[in-house]
Amino acid sequence: MLGDPEPPMVPSVPLRVLIAEDLYLLREGLVHLLQAHGFQVVAAVESGPELLKGLLELRPDVSIVDVRLPPTLTDEGLQAALAARKQVPGLPILVLSQHVQQLYARELLADGSGAIGYLLKDRVFNAEQFVDAVRRVAAGGTAMDPEVIAKLLASNAAHEPLAALTPREREVLEAMAEGRSNAAISQRLYLSESAVAKHTASIFGKLGLAPSDDDNRRVLAVLAYLNSR
Amino acid sequence: MLRKFGHVLALLALLVVELIALASSVLTLLATFGLGMVFLFPPQVRMIRWVTRATRHVVHASAGVTIEPPYLPQPPPPQPQSDGMYRSNRTLYKTPRMPAWNDRWKWLLTDPATWRDGLWLLLDPLVKVLLVPLFILLPGRGLRVYAMWCEMLLAATVASRLAGQVNHLSKVRNLAVDTQAAEMRRIERDLHDGTQARLVAIGMTIGAAEELMTTDAAAAKALMAKAREASAETLTELRRIVRGIHPPVLAERGLADAVRALAMDSALRVTVDADLPHRPEAPVEAAAYFAVSELLANSARHGGAKSVVIDLSCNGPNLRITVADDGWGGADPAKGSGLAGIERRLAAFDGVMAINSPPGGPTTVTMELPRVLPEYWAGELPKLPRWKLVTVLALHLTAWCPLFPQGVVAAIFKIFGVDEETWFLALHLPEPWQWPVIAFMITLGLIMYVTAVALPALHEKKGGAARC
Repeated sequence: MLGDPEPPMVPSVPLRVLIAEDLYLLREGLVHLLQAHGFQVVAAVESGPELLKGLLELRPDVSIVDVRLPPTLTDEGLQAALAARKQVPGLPILVLSQHVQQLYARELLADGSGAIGYLLKDRVFNAEQFVDAVRRVAAGGTAMDPEVIAKLLASNAAHEPLAALTPREREVLEAMAEGRSNAAISQRLYLSESAVAKHTASIFGKLGLAPSDDDNRRVLAVLAYLNSR
Repeated sequence: MLRKFGHVLALLALLVVELIALASSVLTLLATFGLGMVFLFPPQVRMIRWVTRATRHVVHASAGVTIEPPYLPQPPPPQPQSDGMYRSNRTLYKTPRMPAWNDRWKWLLTDPATWRDGLWLLLDPLVKVLLVPLFILLPGRGLRVYAMWCEMLLAATVASRLAGQVNHLSKVRNLAVDTQAAEMRRIERDLHDGTQARLVAIGMTIGAAEELMTTDAAAAKALMAKAREASAETLTELRRIVRGIHPPVLAERGLADAVRALAMDSALRVTVDADLPHRPEAPVEAAAYFAVSELLANSARHGGAKSVVIDLSCNGPNLRITVADDGWGGADPAKGSGLAGIERRLAAFDGVMAINSPPGGPTTVTMELPRVLPEYWAGELPKLPRWKLVTVLALHLTAWCPLFPQGVVAAIFKIFGVDEETWFLALHLPEPWQWPVIAFMITLGLIMYVTAVALPALHEKKGGAARC
């Protein structure tokens, strides 16, 4: 699952959130869940055109978007999210889906501006971790489903630098690619933060990436690296 | 020239065979229907068919005319009943020998081609003899005339072609239904053994938690957590099943992106080259997707490939898919890999698969699904440039004027000597000029109409060549 939640942040003003989901039960469930965790739900829409309009007019602090939405029931939600982010770069959006695809993940990550999430709908089951992922995306971070990361890593497995990583470094890389901070990684892998920092530096050295202290920028560098293959 | 005489000689040599065949046919027919020696009939028909086949061959070689054989397809071997007996009409047999013979007899006797062959055999010697002078003087023309004669009686008729098509279609339908049923059974098994069983377990866990809620809240909480975990596993399982029925990316994005997603998830280095301006029908997409998926899996599992190139393109209205890998080759559908399954899947759409896989590699598989793409892409028709559009409209609006009043009506006035000139230009001119001007007006009107129709048609044709 998603690992341990990050240290709780207490927002001073409630985050404004938009929800796009066509299944009534799930939509209401999301609204309740987020309201209970101190979010302000500014709109709960159920179709692609409504979503795009809402995204552009309301500019929510974070949006939770289902990939498959009416009227076509294809990838309407994803298309709306991509279109909105094209007009408003870095608009925070967390995409939910019944299935995760590298193809979609790569499209979402392609602009490299962060504030993006892509999770399986199952992840909503664990409310705390889900809310944590929503906050992370709202703050400009990323939240990638472990399954996507596993697929991304698997299709990169044959490449030289990745094959050179130690198993521990791989674990750290996976957690980092999901969008976690050093603190969260240290909690999840039962390591000290300094040990995580050491692993991170080593990974960046092996992959030939410029090191950075900023969590978000670091995650984006890793994702961009995986995405470039 | 010499070759043509050679062909003529071959035909005349066949004449000798035909005469022998004719004589023996007459004898066997008498024996069959006069003396009841029915066992003589099939070999006799087979002999005549041999002669006609040889003739078709010679005609094809000499005159370049391909004559399709008209025969109805052979009956399928008899199937035993549930009690192991073979039934033919109202009789039961222990072995399939007699029913098979009966079927064969009926097949040969009722095929109109059998009797057309007979008629041809009866008349052909006469035709050949009559044509001998032409054969000697103008062998080329003689051979062509002979080919025309043979086509009349030896070629496939509409009925026999239809019969062949019906046979093919019913075979394909059976295959498709079988494949479908097998898929359904597999899905049913997956749902029954996996998902359903897991849901039962979840229900039981929740029930137990409900009972413990008041007495042992901690245990109830643990049980609920377990139920949640189990539900997540069930979802994963369900996703796998859904992928097997109809992959979500295929439904959401269509064939090209679904194949791209497949390529990304593959352990091999896969390049996808897709040029499909339009999505085919969903069942076609699914068949193509699963075929590519199977081929990709084969390349990884049996082919020892490192990289694969997938090409999706359209060839007119046909969908063409090429999957080429750099493995060690030797793929053979007869060896029972998934290739036969792919062929079955494609057969439902009249699709064909060609495998080129020499030992040592590389392997290239080309699949073609005929007429599954729309012939013209809606919205992609070449647009008429504005000046052409204006010209066409102007022509349509004005062409009536020279053609009817100035041309046809003026001519009628002149023929019937009506003493009105009104606004008809020709009638105001001096006498010798009147008819030429009327003719000119009619021609002008016609040319204007033809141009108005031809301009867009020509444009479309030119644009059509640029499309695939």
